[in-house]
Amino acid sequence: MAVTGLILIGFVIGHLVGNLQVFQHPDHLNGYAQFLHQLGPLLWVARIGLLVAVVIHIWAATVLTLENNRARGTPYGFKHTIQATLASRMMRVTGYVVLGFLLYHIAHFTMGAAQSSTFKENLPAYTMQHEYRVAGFPVVAAGAKVLDVHSMVILGFQSPVVALFYIIAVGLLSFHLLHGFDSLFQTLGLRSTRWAGGLRKVALWLCLAYFAGNLAIPGAVLLGKLSPRAVGISAAPAQR
Amino acid sequence: MATLDSKVPSGPLADKWRKHKVDIKLVNPANKRKYEVIVVGAGLAGSSAASSLADMGYKVKSFVFHDSPRRAHSIAAQGGINAAKNYQNDGDSVHRLFYDTIKGGDYRSREANVHRLAEVSVNIIDQCVAQGVPFAREYGGLLANRSFGGAQVSRTFYARGQTGQQLLLGAYSALMRTVGAGTVELHTQSEMLDLVIVDGQAKGIIVRNLISGAIERYSADAVVLATGGYGNVFNLSTYARGSNVTASWRAYKRGACFANPCYTQIHPTCIPVSGDYQSKLTLMSESLRNDGRIWVPKNASDSGKDPNSLSEGDRDYFLERMYPSFGNLCPRDIASRAAKRVCDEGRGVGPTGLGVYLDFSEAIRRLGENVVRERYGNLFDIYHEITAESAYQKPMRIFPAVHYTMGGLWVDYNLMSNIPGLFVLGEANFSDHGANRLGASALMQGLADGYFVIPYTIGDYLAGQKSGSRPSVDGAEFKAAEQNIVTMTKRFLENRGKATVSHFHKRLGKLMWEYCGMARTKSGLAAALQKIAALREEFWATVLVPGSAETLNQSLEQAGRVIDFIELGELMCRDALTREESCGGHFREEHQYPDGECKRDDEKFGHVAAWEFQGVGQTPLRNAEPLNYESVKMSVRNYK
Amino acid sequence: MVAENTAKNLSITLRVWRQDGPQAVGKFVDYQSKDLSPNMSFLEMLDVVNDDLTLKGEPPIAFAHDCREGICGTCSCTINGQPHGPGKGVATCQVYMRTFRDGDVITVEPFRAAAFPIVKDLITDRSAFDKIQQAGGFITARAGSAPEANALPVPKPDADLAMDAATCIGCGACVAACKNASAMLFVGAKVSHLGILPQGQAERDKRVVAMVDTMDALGFGNCTNQYECSAACPKLISHDFISRMNRDYLAATVRAAFKAVSLGGSGGS
Repeated sequence: MAVTGLILIGFVIGHLVGNLQVFQHPDHLNGYAQFLHQLGPLLWVARIGLLVAVVIHIWAATVLTLENNRARGTPYGFKHTIQATLASRMMRVTGYVVLGFLLYHIAHFTMGAAQSSTFKENLPAYTMQHEYRVAGFPVVAAGAKVLDVHSMVILGFQSPVVALFYIIAVGLLSFHLLHGFDSLFQTLGLRSTRWAGGLRKVALWLCLAYFAGNLAIPGAVLLGKLSPRAVGISAAPAQR
Repeated sequence: MATLDSKVPSGPLADKWRKHKVDIKLVNPANKRKYEVIVVGAGLAGSSAASSLADMGYKVKSFVFHDSPRRAHSIAAQGGINAAKNYQNDGDSVHRLFYDTIKGGDYRSREANVHRLAEVSVNIIDQCVAQGVPFAREYGGLLANRSFGGAQVSRTFYARGQTGQQLLLGAYSALMRTVGAGTVELHTQSEMLDLVIVDGQAKGIIVRNLISGAIERYSADAVVLATGGYGNVFNLSTYARGSNVTASWRAYKRGACFANPCYTQIHPTCIPVSGDYQSKLTLMSESLRNDGRIWVPKNASDSGKDPNSLSEGDRDYFLERMYPSFGNLCPRDIASRAAKRVCDEGRGVGPTGLGVYLDFSEAIRRLGENVVRERYGNLFDIYHEITAESAYQKPMRIFPAVHYTMGGLWVDYNLMSNIPGLFVLGEANFSDHGANRLGASALMQGLADGYFVIPYTIGDYLAGQKSGSRPSVDGAEFKAAEQNIVTMTKRFLENRGKATVSHFHKRLGKLMWEYCGMARTKSGLAAALQKIAALREEFWATVLVPGSAETLNQSLEQAGRVIDFIELGELMCRDALTREESCGGHFREEHQYPDGECKRDDEKFGHVAAWEFQGVGQTPLRNAEPLNYESVKMSVRNYK
Repeated sequence: MVAENTAKNLSITLRVWRQDGPQAVGKFVDYQSKDLSPNMSFLEMLDVVNDDLTLKGEPPIAFAHDCREGICGTCSCTINGQPHGPGKGVATCQVYMRTFRDGDVITVEPFRAAAFPIVKDLITDRSAFDKIQQAGGFITARAGSAPEANALPVPKPDADLAMDAATCIGCGACVAACKNASAMLFVGAKVSHLGILPQGQAERDKRVVAMVDTMDALGFGNCTNQYECSAACPKLISHDFISRMNRDYLAATVRAAFKAVSLGGSGGS
């Protein structure tokens, strides 16, 4: 759980940082998306790696939960919690919601199965106005025609229902991480009372920041602070 | 009459043990596995004996009535364990520890045994440290010591206030290691109910499986009892509720002599009884007397008043008054008796009138509450937990309680009883503490017996037994012993009584406390003998034991233990009545110096009284083993 | 100001789990108990209830107890869902009736864990703990073989930390409190006690692997780092020792993969 959790925490944070480019010029997010696509087989390695991590995480959680239920045997007639945090007690529930969210998220932004009208491949191509660089290396040239991920994200979140679902889901994901982050240090034997307080604070701030970052994107769209690229694409899809 | 040959080796005292180890017979390593030894009890003595014997190659069967060997009551010892290491460079030595123990025992212990105890005390510390017992350390990483129980040297090793627990867990870990290795067969929740004697030798036991109720027979080449003390004869004591005399008592009824049963230790600083429902008395460390002042109201009419409302003039600091030089720090037995005396005068405090104040107000004024909290905070917390009173604001109430029994089954120098093949270790035997035990000596004795004495001395017996001569459990003696237990069980369960077992235990406890407690008299003991005999009759006529024998039945377990206590109570009173002197934990009001000190009669009673069973309700035989002091001169203990 | 001894006596309803044996079906049964002194311990209250039941011809409640001073680890009731009942750092025997209010309904159950099967009523079989100890909870040191005690200094902080872990009374409250009936605190404490001390180094890797594997095999649950265990522990043993054990286990597993192994036999001629 801890190792796959660590991988997934790394991914979701990296993913958020990448996505926050939505607040910059569309060149950034679109260039970034194009760059990822250009990785080709490497992208697939990463995707498969993540998929394996998710599968192992879920598989381990299932096995452990079954074992744990068996280990209790007859349940208590009077249920009581002394100090376990709400986050720790809701891991399974938050996990389910996150899983549901994940599936929708992939269907939405990666596969176009949900909200296909605003799927990137159904939107007009975007022409890069500036060169996009990663670590100083130019990876996408100015003038290149790329998928318009920037618009897709913004259009996707213009539906309040979808945006709200995203907000709630990432909220629960942050809650999931709150226990997960703290917990993985214990499991890997890196936690001790001396810095447990510090660790808790780090976990709390990390999760708050993560939630704030994720809240910002649909929030800004709902508040009208982000709009699709200037060239007048509206929620009504342009026909190819 | 039983023959009581102490088998103390000849030669100078300090050489006896070394010489004995050379002289006694050995069992060939290849033959050891052909011998089986039963060890009953798994406290310090039992666990250490079982694992040590198994490590030597014997096949060992270990029996405990608890659900795990780690529950034995050795675990509750707080203070520490003595050893003549002289790490403090303060003049300690084997001889000094030996001498202190002999003197503390009021010259009623066997010299050679006590010297051996002092000798092996140093090995015990080595052994425990090697096992990982986390003794207190100094900053340099070496072992720390403290002085304890009024000793003039710092020779007590300790692990916070949980020394007994840590030592027991050390011995338990060794036992678990040998169980894991298959060299010890562990039987938990198995209570020994009878000893089986074949051709005059102890060759097996009868056990009740406390879970299934099955009566089981086990045979062996030797039987070792390490089943602890019998303080629960008083019902209320600092012992665990389960502590019982049954194994020792059933061995006594099979012919093992019971020595000095009247020697009981009463600890002065326990939390008083709060009501009739009480099941247990909790010990508060003696160290409280260093800073607390003990008093009761001068006038009986003030007993019920708020202590803080009584002026200095209305208080009687009776220990300071009676023992001006030692004051509140006078020895355990003296402090206990003084407290009893003032309560008998009607000046006791608390709801039951059986309590005296231990007052810290002066210490708090002198040292400040923080210093007092630092020194005694955990004890004040325990007190608060039990009584809901704050000792910072109001004096504590304390009262003496039964804490240890020095008497036990008679054993020779090899720790073998008068029944060949029956060995008795730890508190269950009588040999090392005389009439009074010093603080931090009980743990030492348990481990000495188990780790360093029995491994040598059992070989001397087994070498004389043909390997493979162990009798079959199908023999007539085993069948008869089993039938004996089955009959007794039936008698309990079929009795259409109307009083619970605990009812009888409480009544016995009150009788014992009244007549055979801190101060005893000839007339009281004579009366008690009658009353206890009557109680025994009444028990059999009216006891109500619910449930069946074929399952876990705690009432049935308790019934067997309580009837043994009742019979033991008679023996204790008889022993106390016969011992016309005062010594250590045995105080006869007729025999005291004008200042209330014990007045021994070395000429008439400088011996061990070893009682021999003659039948229930019959007067037992009193055998005497003379105590020959070769090295130490008997003198009057003086703590003034 | 603390409560006074003159506090009023109380009446309670006791809702007790009654179960005849390991295979029997258990159920809660209510008992009324009146006029109890607030200064009574919880177990003394059970004594009184049992004497009443006995006289009424009903089977008394089987419950485990022994020292009644919080050190032997025998007593093991779950009171109102909390192992050892209300109060921090106490065993069942150290719970007093003044903790409750007049008219309270008190639910009493055994420690619940599949690895601690119920023997009868409130008594469970905790021999699984002994089995874990047998797997490695020791330092092999035969009597007679020990070196001089002060030959091996132990830094005071290490000795103190080892003692913190060693205070475990083996009651099983950690398992009972854990949402997953895990024994990690118990095993962590023992592994740490022996693993911190220099005497325990020779068997350190072997010990942690053997004890953890045995724990798993006995059917205890897994740790989800919720720390109910340390909160219920009558000795308040820290869950840091779980972290420490996890680290030791990982290290031992990795070391085992790279360790050179002697090909020689045990020697002797």
